[in-house]
Parts: sequence; structure tokens; C-alpha cells
Amino acid sequence: MGISRRQFIRFLGGAIVSFPVVSLLPERLLAKWNAGAFGAASMEDAVREKYGSLPIEDSSAIELTAPLVAEDGLFVPVSVASTIQGITSISFFSEKNFSPLVASFDLLPRMRPNISLRIKVAETGKVVVIAKAGERLYRASRMVVVSVGGCG
Amino acid sequence: MKVKAVASGEVVSVKLLIPHPMETGRRKDLGGNLVPAHFIKEVTASHKGDDVFHAEFGPGVSRDPFLSFEFEGGKVGDTLTISWIDNKGEREKSDFPIISI
Repeated sequence: MGISRRQFIRFLGGAIVSFPVVSLLPERLLAKWNAGAFGAASMEDAVREKYGSLPIEDSSAIELTAPLVAEDGLFVPVSVASTIQGITSISFFSEKNFSPLVASFDLLPRMRPNISLRIKVAETGKVVVIAKAGERLYRASRMVVVSVGGCG
Repeated sequence: MKVKAVASGEVVSVKLLIPHPMETGRRKDLGGNLVPAHFIKEVTASHKGDDVFHAEFGPGVSRDPFLSFEFEGGKVGDTLTISWIDNKGEREKSDFPIISI
């Protein structure tokens, strides 16, 4: 048997009630997440999805702090600070992770380029930070030796 | 979530801990079944109607995300609003006072 008239009306009522609620959700929060970059399987692809094909240079003006040896790859503390002017975005990558892009930060006008967080590092490999300023990308890398892997 | 926002002059340092499983979708439980992906995708902080922080996370951020950041132009007694949303649409939004050291 198909749906009864009563069920249909109830469904219709639910749809009408939920519509304004759904439309009021902050779209900004839902729309921005970069599925292409987070879904990329290699570092190169993740960087390209996130930043396009801008030139990248290694920079000592980006200070990436990460442990030389991580006892537990599930919790690796990393932080970044930079003196480069005009940074608009900073992203953390872990080269050997299933999804190399770990987290990405918009440097809004009042935010300082000084961030720390804990990430998963799947196995021994490079942790990379890329900062975008103007139409250039600046990179800093650290090799992290992982004793017990954290699949990320 | 736990938030500590401390003003020092014009600079506010924020430390933030969000209890969340941050499942990648590739981990198996004891019975050998895949645990579905469940992770925070975005975190936003705003001060006086102005966004001062916006992050996008993948499942590579550790369980119970802990992060710190700094922004300018806040002072003791102001309110900092922090919100997050995960891949299942679960969300949280709370206000926190900016305190002195």
C-alpha cells in the first residue's frame, strides 16, 4: 500500500515547518568547506585544489614548530607563526596522510598569523605549512618521525 | 566546548577545546566494522559581529580538537562567539567572555 492521505499531509506539514528553519541556517558555514582540496589524495593535488597553480617558495619567514619524533601519531602538536605581511590563508598538510590537507585557516583582517593545533600524522613523513600572501605561496616543512601511526 | 580568551593590550589569545570524535571514516571498530566519518568541518569565531577567525578542518585534525589563535581589537569584558559545524550537520554556538590574564 502507498502512503495514506494522512501520512501525506503530515509529510507536507513537516516540510513546510522545516523549510524556514533550513533556509535560516548560516549558509556561509556550509558552503565554504573545500571538498576538492580535502578529498585530494596527494599533496600536490591538495595544494592545487586549494590554491591553484601559484608559485611556491620555501621561506624561513614561516616558523613551523613540530616534534622531531611523535610518540603518538594521533596527537601531534604543530604550530605556525610568520612575519610575512598580508597573509590571507594558512594550511597544514601531512604528506603521508590518506587526505594530506589537514586544516586550513582564513587569515581574516584582525587575525594574527599565529596558530597551533594537534593533527594526525599517519606515518613518518613531512608536515608542511603553506601560507598565501598576495599571489604567492610560502612553504615551510618539517620531517616528523612517527612511532605509532595515526591514520589521518 | 571549553574556551579561554585572554586579552593582553589589544591582542586576544584564544585557546579552544572541542570534544569531538573526529572519525576519519576508515577506522574499524572491535567487530571489524568501519566507523562512519564524523568530523568537524568548520570553526568560526566572531567579535562584535565581525568574523575574526575561520577554519576548515578535515578528518586529519586530532580527536577533541585543541587549537589556539590570536586576534586584534578585543578587550576584557567583550564577548567572543564561537561556533562549529560537523559533517553530520551537528553544530554548537556559544558565547565566552574575554578575560584578563
